[in-house]
Amino acid sequence: MMNPFNPSISTPSGIWNPLVWILVFLLSLLIAYVIYLKGEKQRKKGMQEEIFLSGNKADGNTHIKASNIGWGYLEAMKGYYKLMRDIHTGIINDYVGWFLGVLATMLLIFLFWGGVR
Amino acid sequence: MSVWDFIITNAPALAIAVPLLGAFLTPLIYRAGRKTALIWVLSVLGFTEFLALLLVYLVNTYGIQVYVFGGNPSTLAIPPDSGGIPIRIIFTVDGMSAFTALISSTIGLVAGIYSVASEKGRGAQDKFFALLLLLVVGMMGMALTGDLFNFFVFLEINSLSAAALVSYRIHGGKAVEAAFKYAVVSSIGALMILFAIAILYGEYDALNMAMIAERMYQTGFSAMDMIAMALIVVTLAMKCGAVPMHYWVPDGYGEAPGEISAMIMVASQASLYGLFRMCFTVFGLSANTHSLGWFLIILGLLSMFIGVTMAFLQHDIKRLMAYHSVSQTGYMLLGVGVGLATLGTSAFNQYGLFAMEGGIFHILNNMLYKGLLFLTAGAIIYRVGTSDLNKMGGLAHTMKFTAIFYLIGALAIAGIPPFNGFVSKLMIYESVYQLNPFLAVVAAIVSMLTLASFLKVFHSAFMGPKLYNVKEVPKSMLIAMGILSFFIVLFGIFPNIAMTYLVAPAAHALADPVGYITRVLGGGA
Repeated sequence: MMNPFNPSISTPSGIWNPLVWILVFLLSLLIAYVIYLKGEKQRKKGMQEEIFLSGNKADGNTHIKASNIGWGYLEAMKGYYKLMRDIHTGIINDYVGWFLGVLATMLLIFLFWGGVR
Repeated sequence: MSVWDFIITNAPALAIAVPLLGAFLTPLIYRAGRKTALIWVLSVLGFTEFLALLLVYLVNTYGIQVYVFGGNPSTLAIPPDSGGIPIRIIFTVDGMSAFTALISSTIGLVAGIYSVASEKGRGAQDKFFALLLLLVVGMMGMALTGDLFNFFVFLEINSLSAAALVSYRIHGGKAVEAAFKYAVVSSIGALMILFAIAILYGEYDALNMAMIAERMYQTGFSAMDMIAMALIVVTLAMKCGAVPMHYWVPDGYGEAPGEISAMIMVASQASLYGLFRMCFTVFGLSANTHSLGWFLIILGLLSMFIGVTMAFLQHDIKRLMAYHSVSQTGYMLLGVGVGLATLGTSAFNQYGLFAMEGGIFHILNNMLYKGLLFLTAGAIIYRVGTSDLNKMGGLAHTMKFTAIFYLIGALAIAGIPPFNGFVSKLMIYESVYQLNPFLAVVAAIVSMLTLASFLKVFHSAFMGPKLYNVKEVPKSMLIAMGILSFFIVLFGIFPNIAMTYLVAPAAHALADPVGYITRVLGGGA
């Protein structure tokens, strides 16, 4: 019978128990709080507490739009995304074309690798 | 026979009949007023959910349930005068069928509750709710039937009702275009499946899945079987949104109302169920499952990676989530594909079965967190009136509950403990690593990109200065999101509940095609 108070899941190389994880997480929060309490009490007010975005002082109403988030990643992956954009045409004929292409590929795989168990 | 006995005996048929009757009566009952119609629709959905839970209980307690339409008794799969052939429509409910039926009815009920407020004031609601119930019928039917032609019929009900619901909000023609694309792709897929069924029927004189599997095993896997298998497998892979046949997904999910996106996402899982059922039960004994498994693994890898990278590019919240659905389907294909690739070898018991359990657990988790995320997206659009993330910001100031629900869904999909997504992902990582470490590395990278993508949404929509002076969404929408959030947390902290009663029975049922065939051809009792 299942014991609801023992939520352990055995994996091929270990064990996962969410209750243990929660306990460790709470403990780490406690440790973090203790470190915070022991922090520098003489910190300077003013500039250290102000918000900066890319070196520019931001007022309280600054908001980064979705299209600007991850710019560096998108720029680095520009070639990949160009290919992806080219493939995603939005044309229904292409959708069906890809479907038929995969169908043919699967048949070829089974033809060459053998279909019988 | 008491009412309770009647319900237990006929539970598989009632699970279809109740929402079907509900769908056709809804437009009539709507004439008595919206409130009466809503009570009717929610009662039907609630009773269907009860029937799905009952099926899970019956399968877990008594094993595979066989229900013969018109049979006397209803378990008489092979009548004495039939020549040893199962001649009637037969529903065969094993752990995997019951599991899929339960997730289908659950998302239907949650979507119904959500729609009480989200669709208020819109036109043609009688047809909306009728179609919603028909979509539940399609999903449940695909999960419960043991007959190939019947499967095709329910697939069609599923596709047609989903296409109609995608176009429910016309949205300047965009929704209609998306529905048209979905309908075209689904129709071509359905034709291919019908062609495959005709091939199998011509070869084996049977439409029952168990009978076809048994005869295929006896006579050997022929070239025609290979063609039929390719037609079925590739079509169902397309219907579940696997790359590179996923193009309809962002169109369809992106334009549908939030709760319908969640439902279509689970309808795709019903196709995934069909894919697994065909691969394991119908073709599993005869075909080369190693090649078939690797075919699913490769589709899974492509879906995971291309899905998540395309999602990061989007600034439309619904399209972004749609691409994530593609990515999540990849995890399921990967997990179950590893199980299929190792079927019948010693590796299956070492890690293959565990990979399958991970993949199936991920189906349940995906229904919960992806459903929740689509509902939160619907809630945002409901208040803000746009799905463009570039125009959003600061919604957490006023939509606090929606923000919390979104965060729960986002952390769960990204695989952050202690939410449910972590458990199934851990199961998949650990098991697929043993087949090939590269698979686990890709899966882990995809998970990181998923987190990045959902943090982008959280920042864009909820953080920052208050751009909109909007209120929180109505209570019925919050209740629907709350139900899914509750189960995300519950199955995250107590994964053993889902594993014991839903996931393990489903995985073991799939991995045992002989048990399925024997139960049907052995008389069904």
